[in-house]
Amino acid sequence: MEGLKESEANLVVYLHPSMAKCVNDAILRELSSLLFTYSETFDGVVLAYDPNVRSNLAKILPGIHPYLGVRLKAKLLLFSPKPNMLLEGEVVKISRQSIHAVILGFSSAVIADEDIRDEFKYKVKHGKEVFVSRHHKKHKIKVGTMIRFLVKSFDEEILHISGSLVAVHTGCARWLDANLEEWSQADRANAQQPKLFVGMILILIFAEALALYGLIVGIILSSRAGQSRAD
Amino acid sequence: MGIELAPQQTVLHDMDELSFTDSELDYHVRNALKAAVQGDCDSYNQLVAVIHHKERLVPEEVALLMTCLKALTGAVSCMHIVHHRSLLAAIFGMSLWNYGTDVMDALVELLISLAASSGQYVDLCLEMLVTNFMPPSSSSTYFIELLKQPRGIDKKHQVLDRVHSTFQDIANLVPLSPLRLEKIVRDRMPNIYTKEPFIVMYVENMLTLESGAAGKLVGGSMLVAIMDRLIDLDVEIAWDDILQDDFSKGIFDMELEDLEGFSDHVQQDGDELTRESLMQRFFGGNLVAEKLDSLLVLTFEHLESCSGSGRLIQVFETLLQSFQKTVLTAYKSKFAQFVMFYACSLDPENCGKMFVSTLVNIFVSGVSPAWRMSAVAYLASYLSRAKFVAPSFVAATLESLVNWCFDYCNKQDGDINPRAHKIFYSGCQAIMYVLCFRMRSIISVPRLRSQLLLMRIEDILRHPLKPLEVCLPSIVEEFLRLAKRNRIFSVPDTFVDYGMLESELSRAFGGIERLDTFFPFDPYLLRKSDRFIRPNFVYWSMVRNSYYEDDEDESASDEDIAEAGISIADDISVDEGDAHLDEFDYALDKMSITPRDSSTKFGGRIQGFVQMPSKIRPSTSPESL
Repeated sequence: MEGLKESEANLVVYLHPSMAKCVNDAILRELSSLLFTYSETFDGVVLAYDPNVRSNLAKILPGIHPYLGVRLKAKLLLFSPKPNMLLEGEVVKISRQSIHAVILGFSSAVIADEDIRDEFKYKVKHGKEVFVSRHHKKHKIKVGTMIRFLVKSFDEEILHISGSLVAVHTGCARWLDANLEEWSQADRANAQQPKLFVGMILILIFAEALALYGLIVGIILSSRAGQSRAD
Repeated sequence: MGIELAPQQTVLHDMDELSFTDSELDYHVRNALKAAVQGDCDSYNQLVAVIHHKERLVPEEVALLMTCLKALTGAVSCMHIVHHRSLLAAIFGMSLWNYGTDVMDALVELLISLAASSGQYVDLCLEMLVTNFMPPSSSSTYFIELLKQPRGIDKKHQVLDRVHSTFQDIANLVPLSPLRLEKIVRDRMPNIYTKEPFIVMYVENMLTLESGAAGKLVGGSMLVAIMDRLIDLDVEIAWDDILQDDFSKGIFDMELEDLEGFSDHVQQDGDELTRESLMQRFFGGNLVAEKLDSLLVLTFEHLESCSGSGRLIQVFETLLQSFQKTVLTAYKSKFAQFVMFYACSLDPENCGKMFVSTLVNIFVSGVSPAWRMSAVAYLASYLSRAKFVAPSFVAATLESLVNWCFDYCNKQDGDINPRAHKIFYSGCQAIMYVLCFRMRSIISVPRLRSQLLLMRIEDILRHPLKPLEVCLPSIVEEFLRLAKRNRIFSVPDTFVDYGMLESELSRAFGGIERLDTFFPFDPYLLRKSDRFIRPNFVYWSMVRNSYYEDDEDESASDEDIAEAGISIADDISVDEGDAHLDEFDYALDKMSITPRDSSTKFGGRIQGFVQMPSKIRPSTSPESL
């Protein structure tokens, strides 16, 4: 999935002097306050961290409370969705006007009906709401499906994503993975215009028939020419 | 279309015509919203007018409102937070309490779709729902009256059920919403001056959140906020409201009798002061006390339900942390600590032991001296007053206390010095206080009796630091009397200040906060919540009866001086003015050593003592005269 990246960060964590006896716990507690919030410095939402304290020495800040500044390197897992990235998430609610999904269990995404391409039609089947593709009956989006969509915008404060299902390679992730490998890009385009395909096959057959006729005429002519030379 | 025209009359006319399909309404509403962005606000303003209309709705108006709300639910993606400010303000200004269940459902659906559609609306939706914890303040008197009737209770359940299920639905769509919710609930918590029904309803909702699906996420901070509020209310109740009693009586005499039933009064001469009337007098008009009482009832009931569902231990851990931060450090909190008492009574094995071990740790290895003394006061009071604590556990805890005191005094070689060794003196006082209550129950078990005898209590009491002189005289006196009677320890007979409650030295070690007279779990004085505490509480009268019931005959001769502590002036008067004179007379009486004629009282009036409530006296006791 796009939007996830791992990065190494050099951090300095400032601890209150009362934490001097349990530095590791204090560091973990400070780092945990970064979780699930968007940080401009890292340009992303911190999802996980792995600190590595290199040395036992810490700088003491001058001031009323002599805070300890501990240097460490941390590996961070960051989530930073940008517009036009492809993301996947689980659908939690479907209505005529919108599809709501949850990404990675914490970020909510909404796709409004103007961002759902016309291929998908809203239906209520057996009391359950579902979006079904008009071209492929098996391509369905309902509650519990993993969908793949493009990011339109990202609200950094509440980690809310607004997405779009306009592009062709978006929709139910499992169906797309199963069916997209058999088709190349061009054929997919053709496959979406079945009438053109049938017309092309017919022209192919007629052209082949014509060519066959031409071959027969050519053979006859060449054999007649061979006969007259022999005379 | 019906919506386009002015709401009042023409709506009724048009509603009789064809019904409109949902998509037509959707289309119309979307157009109205888009037009408002461009600047053409006619349809938009009509929409806002429909939403605002809330007084006495006839069924057609209700139907119109509902259709508008449903159409808006579909058009949420067209809404803009700036251009549609007035519409959003109208929606968020609606209160679920004013409408019927249909409109409530439609409004709630709208809120859910608003919250899910964009991050900007999440906070606003959650705030609106939190405001609906209580009825709208504009018609508060109407709702307060309504809530006393059964249909008011129904209404409350309808509203609150919907509010909490909406929180759940929003959390399903926006997983991080509980974090915002926690912050909003804490910020909007009513202060202590809010009217009682409102603050009680708000706290009830907080407890519902704690036990609900989001409880794991928000429950801890809900409990902490509630404990903070309890302490705030507690601190507001002034000490002088509670007692005007006689400081020269012994600590043990000042306790309220545990009357078995309010009708069981032994006839008494003088004024009859039942516990009930005392409570009424002190707390009847006191609004803060009533609020605290109702909140404590809610908290106790919640603890009971937690215990029923098996969550008590996690809840208790949060409460214990909050206790250490706020209750322990508050200056002599009066009732808030009973939350811990009740929680321990529900699960003595786990919670009780956790509580005791935390207190012992703070005493033995804490940092601040005031907190250490406070912790040991809590410990002593708890071990003495909790009926559900096993004697073996009391003995074990006593042993650790004694060992600490013994190690301490072995390292000291100085003389008596109240201020320098105040922690030691408070530890000794705690040991004596616990033994006053529990000596009988400990001695009755042979194994524990030998354990008690092996403890180095005598060595501590005979040490040059002279704890017997420094600790509160009434406790010392009671302890020595019991020790002599039960022939447990041999302690020196010579000490002064019989019958005095306190001395210069005890005041010195207690310090400004008077931690020498701090007994946190003294008898409970709040009326409504008393029924939770009473079954688990040990009253001094219960214990003393068990000590003295065998010895009625020996009372007169060797107890004459000690009797002065037990007996009570015949003419106790409720009046404040007279009380001072009585104290004066009484003090004069005590200076004589002729035995009072107390045999009648002693034998016959064991159950009928008329007493003032025993609590910590105000710290300005001599000056109050």
